[in-house]
Amino acid sequence: MRIGAFWIAAALVGLVIVVATRLAFSNEYFFFAAYVVLQYIVLSTAWNILGGYTGYINFGTGAFFAIGAYTSAVLHKMPALLKTFDVMIPPIPLPVMILVGGVIAGVLGLGTGYLTLRLRGVFFAIATLAMTVVVQTLIVNWDYVGGSRGIYIIRPAQAPLGGSYIQYLYTLMMVLSVVSVGIARWIERSRLGLGFAAIRDDELAAEAGGVPTLRLKLIATTLSGALMGMAGAPLPYYVTYLDPASSFNLAYAVNSVAMPVIGGMTSWIGPIIGAVLLGTIQQLATVTISSALNLLIVGILLILFVIIAPNGIMGLISARQRRRAAIIEAAVQQRQAA
Amino acid sequence: MNLSSTSDGALLAVSGLGKRFGGFVALESIDLTIAEGERVGLIGPNGSGKSTLVNCLCGTLRNETGTVLFDGKPLDGLIAHERTRLGLARSFQLPKPFHTLSLIDNLRVPLLYTVNARPGHHLPDSEVRTRCEELLEAVALAEKARRLPRDLTQVEMRKLELARAVATEPRLLFADEAMAGLSPSEVEEIIAVLLRLNQQGITIVLIEHIMRAVMSFSTRLLVLVAGQKIADGLPQEVVRNPEVERAYLGE
Amino acid sequence: MVSVDLLINAIVAGILLGGFYAAVTVGITISFGMLDIANIAQPAFILLGSYASYIITYYVHVDPILVGVLMLPVFYVIGMAVYRLYYYSFELRGEQSIQGLAFFFGLLFVAEVSLVLIFGVDYRFVEAPYIGPSLHAGIVDLPLRMLIPCLVSLIMIALLQLYLSRSFIGRAILAVSQDGLALQLMAASPTRIKQIAFGISVATCSLAGTFLIIIQPIEPSIGRDYIGRIFAICVLGGMTSFPGMVAAALLIGIVESITATFYGPSWAPAVAFGFLLITLAVRPAGLAGR
Repeated sequence: MRIGAFWIAAALVGLVIVVATRLAFSNEYFFFAAYVVLQYIVLSTAWNILGGYTGYINFGTGAFFAIGAYTSAVLHKMPALLKTFDVMIPPIPLPVMILVGGVIAGVLGLGTGYLTLRLRGVFFAIATLAMTVVVQTLIVNWDYVGGSRGIYIIRPAQAPLGGSYIQYLYTLMMVLSVVSVGIARWIERSRLGLGFAAIRDDELAAEAGGVPTLRLKLIATTLSGALMGMAGAPLPYYVTYLDPASSFNLAYAVNSVAMPVIGGMTSWIGPIIGAVLLGTIQQLATVTISSALNLLIVGILLILFVIIAPNGIMGLISARQRRRAAIIEAAVQQRQAA
Repeated sequence: MNLSSTSDGALLAVSGLGKRFGGFVALESIDLTIAEGERVGLIGPNGSGKSTLVNCLCGTLRNETGTVLFDGKPLDGLIAHERTRLGLARSFQLPKPFHTLSLIDNLRVPLLYTVNARPGHHLPDSEVRTRCEELLEAVALAEKARRLPRDLTQVEMRKLELARAVATEPRLLFADEAMAGLSPSEVEEIIAVLLRLNQQGITIVLIEHIMRAVMSFSTRLLVLVAGQKIADGLPQEVVRNPEVERAYLGE
Repeated sequence: MVSVDLLINAIVAGILLGGFYAAVTVGITISFGMLDIANIAQPAFILLGSYASYIITYYVHVDPILVGVLMLPVFYVIGMAVYRLYYYSFELRGEQSIQGLAFFFGLLFVAEVSLVLIFGVDYRFVEAPYIGPSLHAGIVDLPLRMLIPCLVSLIMIALLQLYLSRSFIGRAILAVSQDGLALQLMAASPTRIKQIAFGISVATCSLAGTFLIIIQPIEPSIGRDYIGRIFAICVLGGMTSFPGMVAAALLIGIVESITATFYGPSWAPAVAFGFLLITLAVRPAGLAGR
């Protein structure tokens, strides 16, 4: 499918799902749960651009995600703050917050990448793991956003587009999902994606082949970080109480690694499969089992898949297809020889 | 015959190049020049620094001392992909294919990122694909164009490796031990490919252990021992050099 | 005007802290520095050591450090088992980087969540006669709960260094770290050697974990603070050198201690991370490839 056609198709699918679900479900709970699943589609797809396509593993999803959330918190408080200086501005609309959150998270990605990407991928991974703690420390020490006590965010009275505010957040997250998946697929088919794959397969050979590896890696980290920040931007309005403990929750870090690994890292479909599968299971499970047990299962699944099926569900499917094709080919050759 | 050409007009002029790893001196003050169109053989015992020299010239490693001029332009500070874009290419001793990409895509990478990245040059997609197929045909791999590198035999991997280097449309190609472990007929195959490339105008530096191949291929022979260049001249004369004989005693 | 009293005590506390950090890091110096295995689950093993001390001393009133020593063989076996799994799953397949990292990350995560499920998020601590009292030398306070672990840690590291440089297996480990191929030519199996080395690296966590719970009360999430520290110290110390690692540990301990005293304790993880970034930025030549 040509790339323009894909964008239109994806947008249509998203639109249809949004309209249908908003008409069909009056119970708000569906939208609460669906928001989380869509959020994980964005996070997994974003992670996979750097992880699956380029081969650099990022353990710091929590940091980028929380930066997006806290940028929104800062912007939410901005009108009140400026009012004390007699500057009047209207409340900042959420889509603008999403964009700003994306930019700031993108800058963080660029910075982290610039400092560590000239070295082996291992050091980048370690740096992202350590970075989450540091960003959390900074937020905890920043009173303007509530520090460790957290901050209450009041949703606007009116939701644009009618319906409840949660339905609005759900719609926004669907838009982000479509955008991120569209970007991922565009990358896959473009020269950029080929460069990423070359870096992943053999960075030295890629560099010798003319690929500007550092520049491409920085593009990947910036883009990936920006999308993660955008996924986090609506969070304050979703939870209405934002605090470091929950926004830096390890759940984001481990899910954004587990979902692409389990779904399959080589194409745009894998993260969606992983996010929908694991996300839905987790949403259903939190009602019955504790969230810690929930996360334990995700962690164990990650380890199992990494050991047994490193190419994820998509990998298992395509392996099966290849085996079938090989069997058929062997049978055909046998028949020809007879 | 003027064997050590002056740096005017030389394609590659290296002077005083040195490289150390901690306390270990891998290369010590290497001087050499390569003229356009030459077929230069580079030989030396294991560990003498041949691959290190190639790595330094191509930008994979950074040399501490010395200057390198390529077509009169200094290469200091340029990293590997920039040097490739200037026209320096190399194949790797142990083939490093892009293992999740088809053979065609393996060649598309250097075409899109080197040839298409040079100023002025812009091959449209259809031409890129044609060029990839031509390159594969030149090394008799056209049939396996859609396959993955893991379906290739040893000699086919070596040929892919060369094809990838050639895809960058280089002016100077370093073929780093492209024939190790191959049978005599396979060695002939690779030599034929390299001779053809040289006839098309690519200057070639052949780093090799197989003496028969090096002797028949090279117009000039360089010998590296323990990080120092100990001989540089006509192949027949170099092999009679007593120092060279000593270095290869027991080989 | 900075109080000299406070500064000197901060430095001394930092030295003691640094001695402890060395124990925490020596395992990584072996597994990452020498074997090139990025075991980011190291903090999880340390916490395991801490909780093991906690549980055992809860039921049997022995000295925690003794528990740490007695548990050394248990952790050694765990380490060997983990390496086996890692070897068969990743090293054999040749896909070390991304899957291997994801594996250890999974271990780190599963360990933390399991500890939360079993022990909850309350702080746990152990009791011993030296937890509480301090030595006083002039204006300097030496809390025993920091002094003793620091001393035992340095002894442990010195013994390890002796082992590595004198015993056959120890020297084989050093050889493997430089050139696995050379070892194969000596007809020793690098895999077996690496297994032993990794086992040792995890065994150190038994004692390191005990030190941790002596120095401060623990809860499952404090493992995260240690990632940055461990790798910063390892890299700063030159990856494979024990003396370098100890020096780096002391340096980071002192800077952290001074930062904590004058700016508050919550900034401590940022110090180690800052060191990590600076080291990575300044010494790329020694780190890109080996």
